[in-house]
Amino acid sequence: MMRLFDAAAVVAAILVIWLGLYAYAGDSAITPPLRTFAYAAELLSRASFWNHVGATMAAFAMALAISAIGGVALGLVLGMRRFAGEVTEPILSSFYTIPKVTLYPVMLLIFGLGMSAKVAFGVIHGIIPVMLFTIAGVKNIEPVLLRTARVLRLSPAQTALSVLAPAVTPEIITGLRVGFALTLLGVLIGEMFASQRGLGFLIINGIEVHDVRMMTTVTLIVVVFAVAANSLMLALDRHAHRFA
Amino acid sequence: MTRARSIIWTRLVLIAGAIGLIELLCRLGIIKPLTIIAPSQMAFELARMIASGELAAPAAYTFMEVGTAFAVSVVAGGALGALVHAQPRLRRALDPLLASWYAVPFFVFYPLLVALFGLNALPLIAIGVIFAAPAMMLSTLAGLDRVPPVMRKVARVHRLSRVQEVRLITLPSAAPHLFTGLKLAFTYSFIGIIAGEFILSGGGLGYGIAYAYESFENRKMYALMLFVLLIATGVNGALHVWDGRLARRWGRT
Repeated sequence: MMRLFDAAAVVAAILVIWLGLYAYAGDSAITPPLRTFAYAAELLSRASFWNHVGATMAAFAMALAISAIGGVALGLVLGMRRFAGEVTEPILSSFYTIPKVTLYPVMLLIFGLGMSAKVAFGVIHGIIPVMLFTIAGVKNIEPVLLRTARVLRLSPAQTALSVLAPAVTPEIITGLRVGFALTLLGVLIGEMFASQRGLGFLIINGIEVHDVRMMTTVTLIVVVFAVAANSLMLALDRHAHRFA
Repeated sequence: MTRARSIIWTRLVLIAGAIGLIELLCRLGIIKPLTIIAPSQMAFELARMIASGELAAPAAYTFMEVGTAFAVSVVAGGALGALVHAQPRLRRALDPLLASWYAVPFFVFYPLLVALFGLNALPLIAIGVIFAAPAMMLSTLAGLDRVPPVMRKVARVHRLSRVQEVRLITLPSAAPHLFTGLKLAFTYSFIGIIAGEFILSGGGLGYGIAYAYESFENRKMYALMLFVLLIATGVNGALHVWDGRLARRWGRT
């Protein structure tokens, strides 16, 4: 009961800040909550809006699949080969810290306008954290587990399947959660510059033609989606870590 | 040769090899200069831009923004962290918000911030702070959690004042996490501001890259990218080394 009250208080505080911003900046910058919700409902019932959602989701799904599969596979390899892992890890973590938006023109020059640039942009954002978490997961496996596998004379495939996989799953889930958020960010930024479709395009287009209502509403929808997906994965994450 | 050394050397060879490969492919014309220019050309162009003073203004502008956002994030994030740490109920309530903070693609708010603050440095600093302050806050919380209860008791036994306790007990125990917070705060304010400049702004390095891209000045674009890359990795590397030294001095390795 108390927690429910606290959660409601947090939501109320966000709405108050939103209203405060509206009171300060007015119609030219942001639409107030109720009007935004109403417009969101209207947008969600329009087929043309779902086209844009579909475009974003297609690029996002592809980018996420590449980040997840590629990141986990590379992370497992680099984690098991200690030397290779230690050589590459600092390179990866410094790549993680550079503002990847600046690489956007390169992506466009290489991949051209369109779907593949969006996907590539999502992947460069998302794949590194998945790799880093997977490497850390493999590195921190208790040595006794691997020794047990050796004592039981498990084949490499058996070791990977019945020892490694369960042991690193919690870390991989954490990595996928972070990768999920960053891939979405990458795809949206990609759409903001080089696309005629998708949610990122709707936001940037809303700015360019001064459709404040569109900009605020799509922003809200994106944020709600991101937070909902993250909460779901966070629950999964905590569950996996508890039973590890 | 020790293992640590051979790791560093292999890493250097790997990086040099990758740069050499791109250089070779560019020189052979397999990669077209319209796509990527040779790394040596990037470096030359960057040196020329530094020598001619062309780089000074946008770099100074960006550093000013990043410095301000970093300072605000560290102070505000640290203070909020300490405040929330002292209020367990507030912390529980804010927990879901903080946990999904970095799942929100904040750049979508950027246009909103421009509308709020106008097209100047303020929205950029704001996005830097929105991006960086929670990282500092989370690190402060983690650091304060790690202060051993027995140390607090020691402080009480010695009848330390509030200030003394913070200076002698709390800060040293929380330091490793606070340092991580500083690192993250720098990284995030840098990323946030460069990206903001790139999307919508009239000055700074990010704007310079976007402008060079739109006017097909590939040399300038790549030179600026190289500069941003060097700054980010340079500062990060320096903080990493410093962190290692502090860790050795405090004997926590």
